[in-house]
Amino acid sequence: MLSLLRTIWYVFLHAFQKRVTVQYPEEKPYLAPRYRGRIILSRDPDGGERCVACNLCAIACPVDCIALQATEDENGRRYPEFFRINFSRCIFCGFCEEACPTYAIQLTPDFEMGDFDRQNLVYEKEDLLIDGPGKYPDYNFWRVAGVKIGGKDKGEADHETPPVDIHSLLP
Amino acid sequence: MTSPYPILSILVIVMGALTIAASLIWLERRLLALWQDRYGPNRTGPFGLLQVVADAVKIFMKEDWVPPFVDKPVFILAPAIVFVTVLMSFAVMPVAPGLVVSDLNIGLLFFLGMSSLGVYSVVLAGWASDNKYAFIGGLRAAAQMLSYEVFMGLSLMGVVLLAGSFSLGDIVQAQSKLWFVIPQFPGFVLFLIAGFAETRRIPFDLPEAESELVAGYHSEYSGMKFGMFFVGEYMGVTLISAMIAVLFFGGWLGPILPGVVWFLLKTFLFIAFFILVRASLPRPRFDQLMSWSWKAILPLALANLLVTGAAVLLWR
Repeated sequence: MLSLLRTIWYVFLHAFQKRVTVQYPEEKPYLAPRYRGRIILSRDPDGGERCVACNLCAIACPVDCIALQATEDENGRRYPEFFRINFSRCIFCGFCEEACPTYAIQLTPDFEMGDFDRQNLVYEKEDLLIDGPGKYPDYNFWRVAGVKIGGKDKGEADHETPPVDIHSLLP
Repeated sequence: MTSPYPILSILVIVMGALTIAASLIWLERRLLALWQDRYGPNRTGPFGLLQVVADAVKIFMKEDWVPPFVDKPVFILAPAIVFVTVLMSFAVMPVAPGLVVSDLNIGLLFFLGMSSLGVYSVVLAGWASDNKYAFIGGLRAAAQMLSYEVFMGLSLMGVVLLAGSFSLGDIVQAQSKLWFVIPQFPGFVLFLIAGFAETRRIPFDLPEAESELVAGYHSEYSGMKFGMFFVGEYMGVTLISAMIAVLFFGGWLGPILPGVVWFLLKTFLFIAFFILVRASLPRPRFDQLMSWSWKAILPLALANLLVTGAAVLLWR
């Protein structure tokens, strides 16, 4: 009986305690820099698209919300012809970001993308591409990759030595 | 001392009771939130007060579905009974001097009789629903409310002995020197416990026990019929709180402020206590509930009656 009264008293004392609710639209919560929110596609420091349309993100995606079509430009650089993320299916797991070999696809601390029309939640490449390099400001995939593209021959990438001439006998 | 303007006081009391009961939907959620370190509904209107309107609109718009297997007339009648009986009890409620619908000389008995009739609504709702959970809820309600009715009446007899009248107006007048909560403290505690059981509130909400019985006796109800049970429960809380104020805390009596204000203040204090208890206590097992009633509280009520009777006899 006494414990019941004590319980009631302790619950009553909660009237004078701080409330834990965050009044969301007025009071924004702190989102960590690595918060997994809206997905973006980033660019190289020189402004080119980072995405090489390797499809790894689409394969990693557990809900199959990413669709893309690979193509090549005149320099031999692979890029996605279209890149589509259906955010009404996306669960923001971040697997696509982990799978991406070129840091192109990244998740951002933004979740305010609600809409009344499901169709508006299908983001095309224009909606996804941002102008900056995102979380990796200095990374430039085509500058460090050994692959040959127009304007950059074999052995001309950063931290790369020219290929060995197998027809020469010089050491 | 009936009211000089009977129609007006009927309107005031009925509208007042309904308004308070409706606003309890909001008050309960806000207070529960306060004691759980949350805010509760605070978006619709000032302090979320329009939540009441929103809830009312919602519940009116809902489909009022009567399942095909129910006993239709009884099923429809049951929610009306709870509403009518509680509202009838307000007829004898002395809100302020002159502001009473009918100050019967058996007012207290009328109140007890009406709250006994209220049991029918729950039992019939459970019975007519033809659903095993509703049925168990109805049976529990019958057993619980009959058991607690017994000492609810007995706990009030001490007050009647002291006041020498069954009329609620006279009972309030008799408290002008000393509130009955002091000489009748055991009676007050017992009536409070019985009040919780009568209104089927936590911790005695076994007839509807969500975690065991879906929603108990009103599992099959929807729309405004469910709303009637809901508002009926809040009216019951208001009624029991007002009764506690009238019987043990001197009703409208109090310094400076007008009588109505004192009455409302005391009533709201006990409504808040009802909500506080809801926020803090768990639900007992059903056999515990029954054994408390018959083995502990009924003997206590009888002992209280005996001691009060002896004291009144010696004192006179």
